[in-house]
Amino acid sequence: MEVVLQNLTKKFPSRDRKKKEDVIAVNDFTFEIPDGKLIGLLGPSGCGKSTTLNLISGLLKPTSGKIFFGKEDVTDLPPENRGIGLVFQNYALYPHLTVKQNILFPLQNLKGKDKLSKAQMNEKAYEAAKLVQIEELMERKPGELSGGQQQRVAIARALVKMPRVLLLDEPLSNLDARLRLQTREEIRRIQRETKITTIFVTHDQEEAMSISDMIVVMKDGVVQQIGKPQEVYDSPANLFVAKFLGTPPINIFVGQVKDNKLYIGEDAVLDVKGVANQEVYVGIRPEGFVLQEAGAFHCELNVVEVMGRDISVVSTNKASLNPTVRAIIGTENKVDMKNPTVRFGLVPRKVFLFHKETEERIDFED
Amino acid sequence: MDYSKIEKNAKIRKTIFQAITYILLTFWAVIVLFPFYWMILTSIKSYSAYNSEFIPKFFTLEPTLQNYADAFTAVSLGKYLANTAIFTIATTAIMLVVITLAAFAFARLDFKGRNLLFVLFLSLMMIPNELVIITNYVTITNLDMRNTFQGLILPSVTSVFYIYLLKENFEQVPDSMYYAAKVDGTSDLKYLLKVLIPLSKPTLITITILKVIECWNSYVWPRLITDDENYYLVSNGIQEIRENGFGRENIPAMMAAVVVISLPLIILFLVFRKQVMEGVSRGGTKG
Repeated sequence: MEVVLQNLTKKFPSRDRKKKEDVIAVNDFTFEIPDGKLIGLLGPSGCGKSTTLNLISGLLKPTSGKIFFGKEDVTDLPPENRGIGLVFQNYALYPHLTVKQNILFPLQNLKGKDKLSKAQMNEKAYEAAKLVQIEELMERKPGELSGGQQQRVAIARALVKMPRVLLLDEPLSNLDARLRLQTREEIRRIQRETKITTIFVTHDQEEAMSISDMIVVMKDGVVQQIGKPQEVYDSPANLFVAKFLGTPPINIFVGQVKDNKLYIGEDAVLDVKGVANQEVYVGIRPEGFVLQEAGAFHCELNVVEVMGRDISVVSTNKASLNPTVRAIIGTENKVDMKNPTVRFGLVPRKVFLFHKETEERIDFED
Repeated sequence: MDYSKIEKNAKIRKTIFQAITYILLTFWAVIVLFPFYWMILTSIKSYSAYNSEFIPKFFTLEPTLQNYADAFTAVSLGKYLANTAIFTIATTAIMLVVITLAAFAFARLDFKGRNLLFVLFLSLMMIPNELVIITNYVTITNLDMRNTFQGLILPSVTSVFYIYLLKENFEQVPDSMYYAAKVDGTSDLKYLLKVLIPLSKPTLITITILKVIECWNSYVWPRLITDDENYYLVSNGIQEIRENGFGRENIPAMMAAVVVISLPLIILFLVFRKQVMEGVSRGGTKG
C-alpha cells in the first residue's frame, strides 16, 4: 500500500497566551511513500516527526492537506478504520493481560463481516507471534518479559490485523545498545517478510540509515531531504542534513572561495571549479581526511584516539566551528605525536560547500 | 570491652525493648478488645442472670443463645438487616458506576471547562457534611421521598473524594495505552471496562470496602429521613430496639442484636484488612 502525503500541515495553538501565533509542527509535507518499503522519519526532537506519524495514524487531524492510502483518501477516517498498526515507544502493552490476550485484543474489536471465530483469532494470534518469534511466551504477562520481548509483543499486536501500513514510534529507544542492533535487524526482517509499508520515527540517524529503504530528514516541521540513506549521506541538501547524519559528526569550517580555490584559513585546500567567489561553510566528513606530510590543510594536533578498527585524530583549527576537528584514518597510518602540526589532504567527494546565508549545498567540480 | 560482650549487651537491650513494646501493645489490645468481649459476654447471659448481677461478672458459666432468638423474633432485626443490605449494596453499586464514569471523564475526555468543573467538585469537599444534610433533607422531602429507599440511597451515590482518588489512578495509565486501544478500534466504554478498570482494581476494591463500611455505619441520614419502621437500617433500628423494642430494658437481647449487626463488618474487615488500611492511609481521613 503506498502512502501519499499531500501538502500535509499541522498547527497547534500556542501554549503561550501572549503569543497568538500557532506552532507549526508539520509544514507542507508532500511525499509519496512507495508500496512495501521501510521509511525512516528522522530528525532532532521537536522536529515534527512524531506528529507526522500521528497524522498518518489518524490520532491527530491535519490542519490542512490530505493523506491517501493507495487511491483511498483517509484524511477524515478515524484510526480504527485506516487499517494501520501502531507500535509505541513505551510499547503500551496491557499489563493485566497475557501476551496472547494482548495480541488478541485488536481482533476482538472487529465487527460485522470482519468478525472472527475464536479459533480464527487464535490462529491469527499464533501466526503473528510466530513472525516475531515469541510463541513460547504466550501465557506470560508483559511484566515478566524483557524489553526486547515486550517490543516483539507490541509488534505482533500491531501486525495481527495485517495492517495496510505499520507505524513505529521510536521503536528502539527503550532498548539497550546490544538489543537495539538485534531488534533493528528483526524489524527489517519482519518488514521484508510481511511486505507491509512501514514508517518509523527515530532521532537516531544510525538506526534510520541502517535499516531504511528511504529516509526523510526533518527539521522544525519542514522536510529537509528525502532519499536513500547513502544518497542523503553522500550529497546532503543543506548544512543541517550534513550535520545531522554521520557519526562522528561532520567537521564544519568557515571557508572562502577565491579564484576557484577553497581556502580554510590561509590554506588553499581544494580546487573548486564553477563556484563564484564567496564566503562559505565547509563540511568535511571525518573520513574525508588523508594524512599527508605535504597536505594542504594543517591543524594543531591534540590527541590521537586508537579505536582498534581505525584511528581518530583530534586536532584544532581556528576556522573550525566545532571545538575540535576529528579525522578518521586507517590504522596503517602513523601520526607523529611530537609534531604539533598535523597536515591533511582532502577527499573531494567528502567535502561539501554550503551557502553562507541559505545554508544550501553548493555543487562544485574538482 | 570485647566484641562478644558488646553483642550480648545489644541483645539484652533489644529483648528489653521488645518486651516493653509487647507489654504496651497487649495493654492497648486489651483496652480495644474489652468492649467487644463485654458485648459478646452480655449477649450470652440470660436476662435474669444479667439483672441479678449487682456487680457485673467478667464471665458466665451458663451461656445461652436465647437472646439471639429474641433479637430476631421479638423485634424486626431481620428486617433491619435486610434493609441495610439493600441500602448498602444499592448505594455502593450505583456509586461505583457514577464515580467510575466521572473519573473517566475527568481523566480522559477532553471537554471545555473540564479543569474548572473539577476544581468546583473538589471545593465541594470543603463544605461540612452537616450543612449538606440540611439541604439534602429539604430536597428529599420536597421530592416526596421520605421513607423510601430512593430517599435513603440518592444522597450518597456519589463521592467527590472517590472520584478524585480514581481519577488520579486512571491518569497513571499511560496515554499511549489509550491511543493503542483507539487504533485497534476500542470504544471508550470498552477501554474503560477492559483496560482501566482491571488496572485500577486495587483502588476500586478499597473504595468498595470503605463505602460498604460507611453505608453500614450510617446513622444520621437514615435517622432523619425515615420514621417508618419498614425502612429502618440497623443503625437507627438498634436505637429503636433500645427505646421500645422488647417492652422492657433487655440489655442482653440488645447486645445480641448488636453482635449480629457488627459481625458482617468485622468479617469484612478481617478479610480485607490490608486494603482497608491501604485505603485509610492513602485517603487520609475518610473511612
